[in-house]
Amino acid sequence: MFAFSSPVIDYHALAPELVLAAGICVVLLVDLFVPDHRRWITGTLSGLFLLGALLPVVTLAVIGDDVRSSLSGDGITGRYVVDNFALVLKALFLLAGYVVVLLSAHEIEEGGYYQGEFYVLLLSSVLGMVMMASSRDLVSVFIALEFLSIPAYMMAAWKKRDRKSNEAGVKYYLLGVFASAVMLYGMSLLYGVAGSTLLTDIGKSITLEGDKVGVQVLGVVFVIVGFAFKVSAVPFHTWAPDTYEGAPTPVTAFLSVGSKAAGFVGLVLMVYLAFPEARDVYRPFLWVMAALTMTIGNLVALKQTNIVRMLAYSSVSQGGFILMPLAMAFTDGSQEASLRAVVVYLIIYAATNLGAFAVVIAVSRKTRSGEISSFGGLFQYAPGLTVLMTLFLASLAGIPPLGGWYAKFGAFKAVLDAAGGWGYTIAIVGAVNAVIATAYYINIMREMWMKPAPDGDVTPIKVHGSVKAALVICAASTLVLGVLPGLIAKVGAITDLAGIAP
Amino acid sequence: MLINEFLVLGAVLFCIGVYGVIARKNAVLVLMSIELILNSVNINLLAFDRLHGSNDGAVFALYIIAVAAAEVGVGLAMVLLIFRNRKTISLDDLSEMKG
Repeated sequence: MFAFSSPVIDYHALAPELVLAAGICVVLLVDLFVPDHRRWITGTLSGLFLLGALLPVVTLAVIGDDVRSSLSGDGITGRYVVDNFALVLKALFLLAGYVVVLLSAHEIEEGGYYQGEFYVLLLSSVLGMVMMASSRDLVSVFIALEFLSIPAYMMAAWKKRDRKSNEAGVKYYLLGVFASAVMLYGMSLLYGVAGSTLLTDIGKSITLEGDKVGVQVLGVVFVIVGFAFKVSAVPFHTWAPDTYEGAPTPVTAFLSVGSKAAGFVGLVLMVYLAFPEARDVYRPFLWVMAALTMTIGNLVALKQTNIVRMLAYSSVSQGGFILMPLAMAFTDGSQEASLRAVVVYLIIYAATNLGAFAVVIAVSRKTRSGEISSFGGLFQYAPGLTVLMTLFLASLAGIPPLGGWYAKFGAFKAVLDAAGGWGYTIAIVGAVNAVIATAYYINIMREMWMKPAPDGDVTPIKVHGSVKAALVICAASTLVLGVLPGLIAKVGAITDLAGIAP
Repeated sequence: MLINEFLVLGAVLFCIGVYGVIARKNAVLVLMSIELILNSVNINLLAFDRLHGSNDGAVFALYIIAVAAAEVGVGLAMVLLIFRNRKTISLDDLSEMKG
């Protein structure tokens, strides 16, 4: 006879996920019953649920236990946990989701596309990201990854009658699904070696010693390739520019921030918990990928004429700066500095990049164009937006005293701490790239401040309240995090990842 | 039987799948190739599950079957979408954006 021992569920630790799940059901139901001209209610509700899910994250952080296993019981303890790392990233995903809701409000409404379903998918995707931050097991990492990706495929193809949006969705879908299939094959090999799907158990088995080295190496490489697609690291980045250009702009903002950050979270979990002993495999691999990602992303961004496409390549190259400390993890005890650098970079990059996309959305509502030249003369008729865009671009370039400066500082410090040839060379590659990147950011600034408006139309831009709110949130975070890096350093100091090898 | 036989079957299916994704230009055939890869993963997982005598692999395989169904649902919907707008499902024709 089997005795059933029910798992113990820590409802407080699971509360953010539960609130989001409830939100998905409520928004779907409300969408059924409201008349067409009141569909904006679904957007407002989604925003409220995202902020509601933030409450338990805050209370959990205030209680400040080191690790809470959301589900505990025979054989499932430690597979889905809440630790400080998870809390910081959950808060990031929820806030990023909220800003995207603010940005979507009028964009989605005006195109005449379905609204209720859009927000349901957005909430589902955010739920997947929130789950990713807590997953400590191959199965839950995989489920979280699919949960955040599948709605994103549909959102990229949201403009049903627009051929570019179709193309964006299909390219994203095919490469995303292929990548996750390859990653699954790697995961099956890891499971074969370790005999457990728990990441920390895998970490004990993947030692690159004994008679199964080949299988271990293959497993590690395939899993990293799968996540490399997700974070659009060169040479697995080919989908990113097309998808970013074709998708509706709020969705692009969401993909370039949320989905990318979730991919990095998965990569961090793998490198820190599952592969700490496999340094000799992942370090050269990530090192080469980081160098290529920064360089190629930058060089192609230089010659772009479409602003969204340029921001897409810029986001590819920013990804290289996040890969840089990750490649150096577990080299000469730099794992804590690297982890902090990655998390801090993700937070600051999210605030800055969402802000840049918010300006693009506001400006393109008037100019109806995505060309960089359409930003000409912006200062004459929209000085506020010009100043904000300059702020965001300067932060992306890493100019003090804005947030991006501190993010880059942390990344470089982490690789320099990992003293030795690997660390110093990647730091040099990174430094050269930081200079190249400044060129195309400054190009947009010159366009905005110095050039005349291309069509001579200088009627002021009317910015909607919700986009204004999003701009204020992003600009405030970018400024505050740069001027007072102590705040973000504090966040970095509590990013303990449970189960990390000493 | 040796576990190798199952793993070789899995590896062969995986390679056929990857070849199909790279070589095929028809969106539906690419989807089918991706299904092949996912099934090779299931074979691997179940073989390792029997090897280790733990349940993790079987549970993982069940999840993969369910998620694969959801993925293909979305994929076929997208293929329908491009067929309506373009009257073709050849992936080579998806080249509106370049650079």
